[in-house]
Amino acid sequence: MDKQLAIKTSGQMFSFNRRVKTVIISVILLGIIIGVFIAGFFIGDDAMSVDFSRKGLKPSWEYPFGTDWLGRNMLLRTVKGLSISIMVGTIASAVSAVLATIIGVAAAIGNRWVDNVIVWLIDLMMGVPHLVLLILISFACGRGLTGLLTGIAVTHWTSLARLVRAEVLQIRSQQYITISRRLGKSLGWILLHHILPHVLPQFVVGLVLLFPHAILHESSLSFLGYGLPPEQPAIGIILAESMKYLTGGMWWLAFFPGITLVLIVILFDKLGENLKMLLDPYSAHE
Amino acid sequence: MCHSNLPLLEVDNLSVSFRMYDRAFGQRDLKVIQDLAITVNSGEILAVVGSSGSGKSLLAHAVLGLLPQNATVSGRMFYKGKPLDEQNQRKLRGSEIALIPQSVTYLDPLMQVGKQARGTDKSPERMRRQRKVFQRLNLTRQAEKLYPFQLSGGMARRVLFSTAIITDAELVIADEPTPGMHLDQALEALSILRELADIGKGIILITHDIDLALQFADKIAVFYAGTTVEESPVADFIKGPGALRHPYTKALWHALPQNDFIPIDGFQPYAGNLPDGCLFAPRCPLKTPECEAGNPHMRKLRGGKVRCVHAT
Amino acid sequence: MKGKRLINISKVIGKYLFRVMTLLLATSIVAFVLVSLSPIDPVQQYVMGAGAVSMEQRETISEYWGLNAPPTERYLNWLSAILRGDMGVSLLYRQPVARIISERFINTFALMMTSWILSGIIGFVLGCVMGICQGKWVDSIIKRICLVLCSVPTFWLGLVFLLIFSVWLGWFPIGFSSPIGIADTDVSIWQRLYHLVLPALTLSFISFANVALHTRQKLIDVLESDYVLFARARGNDTWTIMKRHGFRNILLPAITLQFASFAELFGGSVLAENVFSYPGLGSAVSAAGLNSDVPLLLGITLFSTLFVFLGNFIANIIYGVVDPRIGEERPHGQAIGD
Repeated sequence: MDKQLAIKTSGQMFSFNRRVKTVIISVILLGIIIGVFIAGFFIGDDAMSVDFSRKGLKPSWEYPFGTDWLGRNMLLRTVKGLSISIMVGTIASAVSAVLATIIGVAAAIGNRWVDNVIVWLIDLMMGVPHLVLLILISFACGRGLTGLLTGIAVTHWTSLARLVRAEVLQIRSQQYITISRRLGKSLGWILLHHILPHVLPQFVVGLVLLFPHAILHESSLSFLGYGLPPEQPAIGIILAESMKYLTGGMWWLAFFPGITLVLIVILFDKLGENLKMLLDPYSAHE
Repeated sequence: MCHSNLPLLEVDNLSVSFRMYDRAFGQRDLKVIQDLAITVNSGEILAVVGSSGSGKSLLAHAVLGLLPQNATVSGRMFYKGKPLDEQNQRKLRGSEIALIPQSVTYLDPLMQVGKQARGTDKSPERMRRQRKVFQRLNLTRQAEKLYPFQLSGGMARRVLFSTAIITDAELVIADEPTPGMHLDQALEALSILRELADIGKGIILITHDIDLALQFADKIAVFYAGTTVEESPVADFIKGPGALRHPYTKALWHALPQNDFIPIDGFQPYAGNLPDGCLFAPRCPLKTPECEAGNPHMRKLRGGKVRCVHAT
Repeated sequence: MKGKRLINISKVIGKYLFRVMTLLLATSIVAFVLVSLSPIDPVQQYVMGAGAVSMEQRETISEYWGLNAPPTERYLNWLSAILRGDMGVSLLYRQPVARIISERFINTFALMMTSWILSGIIGFVLGCVMGICQGKWVDSIIKRICLVLCSVPTFWLGLVFLLIFSVWLGWFPIGFSSPIGIADTDVSIWQRLYHLVLPALTLSFISFANVALHTRQKLIDVLESDYVLFARARGNDTWTIMKRHGFRNILLPAITLQFASFAELFGGSVLAENVFSYPGLGSAVSAAGLNSDVPLLLGITLFSTLFVFLGNFIANIIYGVVDPRIGEERPHGQAIGD
């Protein structure tokens, strides 16, 4: 009896530790991301300031990421660029996640007709190569930031919408929903009190896991010359500009901005996985 | 054949537990089999009966060393007197010990069943043997070319059955081989097992059909909640409750349709929620405070074995 | 039974073809609406941007587009022209769009197929290794690499390869699929291959991670299946199990996944072609968008969509022909297992 009790407590201690650890990691990850974002926000003209006396410097203590052919500080430009990426990614993922939730819920509680249209729409969007679709939408919006945001926001909802749809379908079939209906509650009331609270974890995790895709597509579009104007130091633009100088051996112009972008993407991915573990421990167990 | 005094397979004190992950990352061990003991001799069929969840299939997997990674096994297992450790299990699997698994999911969905029945042996001899076994089991030549999804339940069972008969195994563990077969097919399958036993092989017949077990087996082991509560000769079952030893076995006898057809009250406890003393105590008519003092040991009684302090 | 299966399979194919047609039609409408929505008016831009357009050309253009006509009529004009095989003339390259697509597609096709096969093989092999060694260090290292690769933007990987292999090691040229200054016909196959290597390598590095992770998961599912457990019960070792059951059950999903990945492959090739100045459809489509070359943009959009559907179509057919379970009915209903 004593033995069993001891095992139980240690089990709980263990789980408590794991949970706390996951929370701490999540907070640290979020902290880094917000830190980069705010830092970029406060870097104003410094990222743009041209100084030919220090042009083309290799990475050093003073300029960890080096300077470019105009003598601009690459560290500042990179942080600024990441900050822009995070901002674009946040807005686009948020819009996309809301869209996904609305569409997913609609597909699940609407009639067959709505469901079929949405499935067909998803098929349609999967048919066009994603990047080509982004180029088209960006073109439709007259390029620029609007085109970039619209494109990323309206093309990333499909997978999350599917998840939400499945989740809602499952909740809908449960008994208490039927009872609720019998009690004369309106569909809207049930939606607000029973369905949306259950979809919320999916929404949060889905939102965070959309980030990596959104950021990668943002930088790709910027790299191709769509999206932000060339004077903005978005990572894609920095890398596109660097191409002219790579032959001259200025490798740091491409290396650091790219690797930090990869790190940010991984941070978001890890954050999403951690949140998933906290909100839905079953799914996270391999 | 081998008629030494050593039993073909002896399992003693076997316990199996699984490491489970709990909701909140918790980790605990779930004991699904404890203190299990059976003995199989060459030339006899041991029927293992018990309701589902009593650990019958796990015993088969434990003997073959096929339990998943998160399982811990303790206790002793001997095959022909030699300890059945991992190395021995690997050597004996398929050659000396054969398994007849219990469902069509044990067949590769993308391979023709004839090829699966023959196994890795590609010799013409093996082919002849497979055709003979198929014929005996009333499986046509066309059936060889079918994929598992094209088989009826009964056909799938017969294919699974054939996989063990084709080998020269000394010990056959048949895990619920008959459900889904027609009665005459089931009888045919079991008489094949009987013939194998008669030429000196050992058979473990895992089943929940006590009737069939009574017709073909020599001994019956009764499982309850992951342990053996009784092992007795078939004759005792035929004689009736007076000859039986454990209250659960007696209750099983009374539950049979041809006897009183009275079901036992209550439910078999599940792993992780087991009582502290005798596992059957909560449902037992003979329960006394003594029963809660720990799970009783298996003891010899009137030519059988029983795990009950009150049995006489 | 065989005949029935054939009929069932052709029914599936027929249904799929019908769906592809409707989806293609819908794509053409959506694409047309999108370019029409653009504040950069496609037709005006086209006429103005072309600069020195002769009256004759101007007439051809306005005839093609149905200038000043309502949008529906313009769309129908365009659609009927496309169906007749006339995709219009590219403003950027001053050539018929159909010819540009057919010329550049050969380049893109070579690039995509090379990396497609490469990533398929690398991904499959790594996936098998991970699956067999599940939970061991080999598995966790390869898995980690794959997960990191999923976070790497294609174009940056291209830049890194360019830095390492072209700038530092000097093994490969910096751009263009054929050396500058040599007539196209004089370019040898080796020179072409030489220019193909880096973009193809970039593209395969981006996509093998997906195949590998997918194959790993499939193989783990297979190795944890009852039939593999039974194979082990019959004394088979891991390699025998892989040969008899592993490949049989994971190859098909892997190939299907590869065929279904044409969309990502095309997207990746847009970026890789831009990094390496490779003259394929990908660099053309981004140039078309940047320079408001509407006929080319629309043409490549439709073409790439067709290409993606073709990939999915092949995936479906392979499944239908190879997997015995498709297009067959059970002789005895559902009476299987318990």
